[in-house]
Amino acid sequence: MVNGLNLAFQFLDSFAFVVLAAAGLAIIFGIMGVINLAHGEFILVGAYATTVSATSLGLPLPLAMAAGVLVTALFGVVVERVIISGFVPNWIGQRTVGRDLVEPLYDRLADSMVATFGLSLIMVQGARIRFGNSIDQIATPFGNVAYGEFSYSTYRLVLAGVSVALLVVVYYVFTRTDFGTRVRATMADEQTARALGVDTDRTYMLTFGIGSGLAGLTGALFAPVLSMQPTLGSQFLVEAFVAVVVGGPSVVLGTALSGGVLGAVNATVTNLTDSTTFGRIALLLTAILALRFLPDGITGFVERVRTRREEGE
Amino acid sequence: MTLLDLSGVTVGYDAPVLRDVDLSVEESEIVGVVGKNGVGKTTLMKTVIGLLEPDEGSVVYRGADVTGQSADERARAGIGYIPQGRDIFPGLTVEQNLQMGEHVDAGSSETRYDEVFDLFPVLEERLDQDGETLSGGQQQMLAIARALVADPDLLLLDEPSEGVQPSIVDQISEDMRAINEELGTTILFVEQNLGVIRSMADRCYAMERGRIVDELGADALADEDTIANYLAV
Repeated sequence: MVNGLNLAFQFLDSFAFVVLAAAGLAIIFGIMGVINLAHGEFILVGAYATTVSATSLGLPLPLAMAAGVLVTALFGVVVERVIISGFVPNWIGQRTVGRDLVEPLYDRLADSMVATFGLSLIMVQGARIRFGNSIDQIATPFGNVAYGEFSYSTYRLVLAGVSVALLVVVYYVFTRTDFGTRVRATMADEQTARALGVDTDRTYMLTFGIGSGLAGLTGALFAPVLSMQPTLGSQFLVEAFVAVVVGGPSVVLGTALSGGVLGAVNATVTNLTDSTTFGRIALLLTAILALRFLPDGITGFVERVRTRREEGE
Repeated sequence: MTLLDLSGVTVGYDAPVLRDVDLSVEESEIVGVVGKNGVGKTTLMKTVIGLLEPDEGSVVYRGADVTGQSADERARAGIGYIPQGRDIFPGLTVEQNLQMGEHVDAGSSETRYDEVFDLFPVLEERLDQDGETLSGGQQQMLAIARALVADPDLLLLDEPSEGVQPSIVDQISEDMRAINEELGTTILFVEQNLGVIRSMADRCYAMERGRIVDELGADALADEDTIANYLAV
């Protein structure tokens, strides 16, 4: 009984971690075809902005977290304009040498990885130069709930709730709003969307802003439970990428399903072996198996089965 | 009044797909461009809407040079585009596909769903259906409707007969004439189906290897052999 409760808690904990780590990355990858290797450092921006707002500016925690999200979203928009879309360098180019200087990185997987990897190195070192090797952490709120000999952090249970709410909100925005329809049309066929009067450039900018804002939210939410070091983003990157690979092309459903699968794998193995290291190893093994047997991820597999069944009819 | 005017348009430096194209469309006309596969018809359409930039020459719409403008700006200025193969957005319902034609980024926009549903009642019955699951002819209607909801002044139509049953092809030609007469929409279309050209166009340009080689008025259009000439293999 107690062991089952422990397992359930660990499942919720890893589910929340995987979903929150992956959401921003999955949106930017799924919609813009950009692999953001600086995703972990966007989380770093959110975590640092939250922590600094709370400790130096003395903002209450919820406001500090909102500030963390906002700062990261704005930072993302700047990165999109300067590096991803090339809008800023091309604007300068048009006014100096009379031509565009760069091509946008949309749908250029390898190129976007190289560019954002460079960005991540700059950001980690930049954070180290500006803030040193660590900054003071915010205390974890809410305390613990106890059950028998075990006690669990209430805050981590809250995170599980937030991750589910996040999936619902993202699903609603991308399937039930005008903005979501426009984003999906742009994702499906950018040229036709543009020829119908959709400002796809702005759609991409907003999408990247939202994806970055979600990374910022992850950073803000985990700020009270992680040690604040310039390299904290790297802890998220593995889970985020594994989740996107396992999830496949459908952004929300994929993230939710891989959060479930990876959460279950991680929780079970960690519980059985009593070691988080083995939990992580199991996670990576799952990713390798998924790549081998479901190269398009879970949702890609579901999509293939459905197409085959329709053709068979 | 001249609605659209292309002069000296060349696309593709190394291997030009369009060479020195001059073409103009007057208000309320239906103008066809006839030519075989690969003569540059789709490139011409993409250059007018702004998905391709000419290397030389200019595109003038309503007296304003729009050569440097992006496609979405031109669309919001009143040019509707119906791509070859329809390009219905997968995963979006009929209703959502139509919404994409509303010029959502224009701030305020006039839509005219009533006229569109009068023309294509089948679409109103299937608003919640996935647009991709419609038949070829219905997809063509959806693509036309999608371009019409924002009330364009100029409609660009890229091979409307492609992949559509012969009986529906005639229907679509009639619909386009009705749109032109009742809504006053100017139409520029490219096509290689002889019947569609003859039943739709007021006049017609003939293209060969990226160049406009002839201009055919109503008299020439009445003579089947003249156009067939430009479509012969």
